[in-house]
Amino acid sequence: MSGVTLHAITVLGHDRPGIIAETTEQLAALGLNLEDSSMTLLRGHFAMTLICAGDTTVAAVEQALAPLAADGTLTVTVREVPEERPGRPAGSAWVLTVHGGDRAGIVSTVAHEIAAVGGNITDLTTRLAGDLYLLVAELDLPADTDVSGLEDALRDAAQRLGVGVTLREAEADDL
Amino acid sequence: MINEQLSTWRVEDLGVEGRVLDVVRAPAPVLSTDGGRVDPTTAEVVQLAADLVATMRVSPGCVGLAAPQVGEGVKVFCVDVSEHPKTRDHHGTFVLCNAEVVESSRNEKAREGCMSVPDLTGDVKRATRVVVRGELPGTGESVTVEATAFEARALQHEIDHCDGLLFLDRAAGAHAIYARKTYL
Repeated sequence: MSGVTLHAITVLGHDRPGIIAETTEQLAALGLNLEDSSMTLLRGHFAMTLICAGDTTVAAVEQALAPLAADGTLTVTVREVPEERPGRPAGSAWVLTVHGGDRAGIVSTVAHEIAAVGGNITDLTTRLAGDLYLLVAELDLPADTDVSGLEDALRDAAQRLGVGVTLREAEADDL
Repeated sequence: MINEQLSTWRVEDLGVEGRVLDVVRAPAPVLSTDGGRVDPTTAEVVQLAADLVATMRVSPGCVGLAAPQVGEGVKVFCVDVSEHPKTRDHHGTFVLCNAEVVESSRNEKAREGCMSVPDLTGDVKRATRVVVRGELPGTGESVTVEATAFEARALQHEIDHCDGLLFLDRAAGAHAIYARKTYL
């Protein structure tokens, strides 16, 4: 959709039924197309990010969504973003799982090891359930990555943190 | 247990030349429509069976193709997982008509892709052992086949196509569908 403005919209705050219905109704009325979206509950908080395309301004989107934020329980942000045209990644896709007892620094330690080999995290979920901390990440690793070396580094880091780590290739089977 | 009737089946025995057809992509309505049952002995179905095999064979990495994927809303599909690394037992190339899963057990989640949904992949839970009943094109003979592992997954994926279902309809969760990346 060239020549069309892209907006990144976030809606965060207290969860209740109807937030998505109200948000998307306003966006549809502006003629915006939801190109990509991600929504989940984080510790019970509603958290949604949308990338919308359409011929409108930031101010018009803000105005349309203002009623959502009126009672102070939701925060809405709108900003214009450029079109991203990701190149084809050179390398391979992996799924990393880390879990163990909760303690400070699990995500930063693991993310540092991945960044150190030029790996890119493309999807991330972390959950804290009681004392159990869980991290699941999708990674792109460069073609020349020493995967067993990275596994060793992750295992060493995990050992220091007292957590377990598994790294497995995320190959889809074409059927 | 390998079914000899199926493992000895050869596309050449259909006696017609298969044509390579265009593969349709979602959101084509035919992919989301329950396919009609067919008379497996008709010349049209025999030709379609040969065409499906021919189209599968020219498509790199393709281990199965269902009639709706070539625009025909009927219950006919072909499968051949013999070259796939995740395959254990298999029956080679075969075509089934009006097939249905009559028994299934031992679910396992794995990531699937599909020629008709080229830009997405998704995690789908499927049985690792199935019993499928169907009919052979041409003779119309009824066959019952037990399949395991990757062949079982392929059969379920193709039978789903014949019933108007894509792997997207079986996504394991809201965050179980991924943008496909093409690696250099």
